[in-house]
Amino acid sequence: MSDKVKFTIDGKECTGKKGQLLVDAATENGVYIPVLCHWKDVEPAASCRICTVRVNGNYITACTTTVEEGSTVENDTPEIRDMRKTIVEMLFVEGNHFCPSCEKSGDCDLQALGYLYQMMVPRFPYAFENREIQASSPKIFLDKNRCIFCKRCIRMIKDDQDRNYFAFKGRGNHLEITIDEKLAAGMTEEQAQRAMEICPVGAILRKEVGFITPIGKRKYDKVPIGSDIESQNKKGGEK
Amino acid sequence: MAQKITIEPVTRIEGHGKVTVHLDDNMNVDQTRLHIVEFRGFERFIQGRPYWEAPVHVQRLCGICPVSHHLAAAKALDVIVGAGTGEGLTPTGEKMRRLMHYGQIFQSHSLHFFHLCSPDFLFGYDADPEKRNVVGVVNEFPELATQAVMMRKYGQEVINYTAGKKIHGTGAIPGGINKNLPVEERDLLLKGDDPLNADKMIEYAEGGLAVFKDIYSKNKDFIDNFAHFPSNHMSLVRKDGALDLYHGLLRAVDKDGKKILHDIDYQEYHKYIEEEVRSWSYMKFPYLREYGTDKGWYRVGPLARLNTVDFIPTPKAQAEFEKFKAHTEGKPNNHCLHTHWARLIETLHAAEMIKELLQDPDLQKDDLVTKGTKGNEGVGLIEAPRGTLFHHYKINENDQVSMCNLIVSTTNNNEPMNQSVNFVAKNMMSGQPVITEPMKNAVEIAIRAYDPCLSCATHALGKMPLEISMYGPRGEKLDNYRS
Ligand code: SF4
Ligand code: FES
Repeated sequence: MSDKVKFTIDGKECTGKKGQLLVDAATENGVYIPVLCHWKDVEPAASCRICTVRVNGNYITACTTTVEEGSTVENDTPEIRDMRKTIVEMLFVEGNHFCPSCEKSGDCDLQALGYLYQMMVPRFPYAFENREIQASSPKIFLDKNRCIFCKRCIRMIKDDQDRNYFAFKGRGNHLEITIDEKLAAGMTEEQAQRAMEICPVGAILRKEVGFITPIGKRKYDKVPIGSDIESQNKKGGEK
Repeated sequence: MAQKITIEPVTRIEGHGKVTVHLDDNMNVDQTRLHIVEFRGFERFIQGRPYWEAPVHVQRLCGICPVSHHLAAAKALDVIVGAGTGEGLTPTGEKMRRLMHYGQIFQSHSLHFFHLCSPDFLFGYDADPEKRNVVGVVNEFPELATQAVMMRKYGQEVINYTAGKKIHGTGAIPGGINKNLPVEERDLLLKGDDPLNADKMIEYAEGGLAVFKDIYSKNKDFIDNFAHFPSNHMSLVRKDGALDLYHGLLRAVDKDGKKILHDIDYQEYHKYIEEEVRSWSYMKFPYLREYGTDKGWYRVGPLARLNTVDFIPTPKAQAEFEKFKAHTEGKPNNHCLHTHWARLIETLHAAEMIKELLQDPDLQKDDLVTKGTKGNEGVGLIEAPRGTLFHHYKINENDQVSMCNLIVSTTNNNEPMNQSVNFVAKNMMSGQPVITEPMKNAVEIAIRAYDPCLSCATHALGKMPLEISMYGPRGEKLDNYRS
């Protein structure tokens, strides 16, 4: 029996593998479904909800759903776009995001989604939470003001004994990301760099090397987020 | 009957400024004060932030000369990261920054003179304000206006290719720069299509200077005598005494040209300079410690620089500098409005420097950043378009900024601006019970010679939201003037 699964996203015929996550299958088919917490091959956290799509009429997160034969997926519809824009706005007002002086500007997924969905002014009041900065580990500057609780750092950045450098502490409104300062003292440059790269915002910064990528060379300076995936789509379509 | 007149320009850039003119019983001006509500929030905002963020963060202070703040902060951080106090950067790092800075000087000086100040001279300070503005210049002097627009555009392109963006870029980082200048970008600046190339800009700058000289020959009395008073002058100078707007030693001369600050290393500026707080102003008054508050205040900016340096290291600007010096027989020039003359000579110098730097192959090299032994304190000074700018930072053991002190050009010029405004008020307002539009504009001209930030946005269209109130001895409002 073939393990190929056929389905459609916004009318486009797509093929995936049995058991494959919808978000990954979409990527392989040149369809961009935005993600903030998902990372391929890492246990899903499903915390951001930005990947929400409609599968056969039901809202569901594409990073936790596997592809089903014959299913109809709605992804880039006006309704879903507006809902995603709402999520982006909520993330912006919940933290303290000052893009003009943030070194992740141009490389930040949250900012890039703000541009993609043409967020102008958030519809919600700013929370202006007073969040702490944790700067005492030698390689990482952790700016909690910018954390969007995607858990990527917790799930992905560990030492050689599988111990976490990062963890959440507190609950509800008081939830915050924190770094184990003792453990983090032994972090390598590569781990610090990796942590900064996988953080979708500017919460994790590598110390002392800020702003080394000139404007024009940053990820989203020239093309919107998702264009790398969508360009495959175009190539496919042209054939 | 003593009276108090208040002129209150509400501005968008530097908070807001207000002029109060105190009349004595004989309706003569007794005392004039310029109150600038200086916003020092950035010194607070930056605390706790990672030090490498400062050059990007603090430049948001200003929309006209952000590059100056960007570079002054980067220079202070060079010291902190152990890259030396000005000479330690790689040739590419230093020259890219210099190019950025001269681009900034070029565009800012062009804006300052042509867009903001030239209407006062081309039409007369008392001309109809409907005409006395940048639109009037466009209508009556279209060629000059076009050149001015192109000069500003060119300067901004230089900034764009060095900082990454025309406004609020990220080019300068602690210890160096984050990009070099690829040949294609260099060629666009060096030999771009007319008029956007280095040679044309030198030609335009020469033309601008000729325009000023022509105006001067026709309005000698006004320009020579407007707010003319002796003062000390301070600026950075290169080790050999040359004009250097990016880096140097700190020198001050008195009204006769005698050195009173002897080419000091600015890392120790606090040993020589102190800031006085006066009860009636939010903005401090800096002065040279050794000479006290009365005798130690100084001017900064183009006029001060040309009074302080020994020569200009580019040929065309040097030739003009010689004429400028000859005018006052080698002594410091204390005519407030000659600041524009000095500004245009510097504009020419900036154009020459840009061309010289663009021809330097170091700009295409890849060695961009220097690092050494880290310290916890650094001072960065630069000659911003409007004068010496001080940035001083301390960091803690976690790389967070723990202290930031900025002395901006406007603050350095606080006392001279007050003196100028007082001079104008005494000469133009004494004995008059009412404030006329030309009087109000004369006060603005005095301020604008130093700093357009107080008034530029609105002056450009000839309408400054300006309120003048006149009070009697018991505080009753006698008259009110609104432009
Ligand atoms: S610090 Fe960054 S990677 Fe970690 S949870 Fe927050 S946003 Fe996600
Ligand atoms: S990417 Fe699916 S919930 Fe965050």
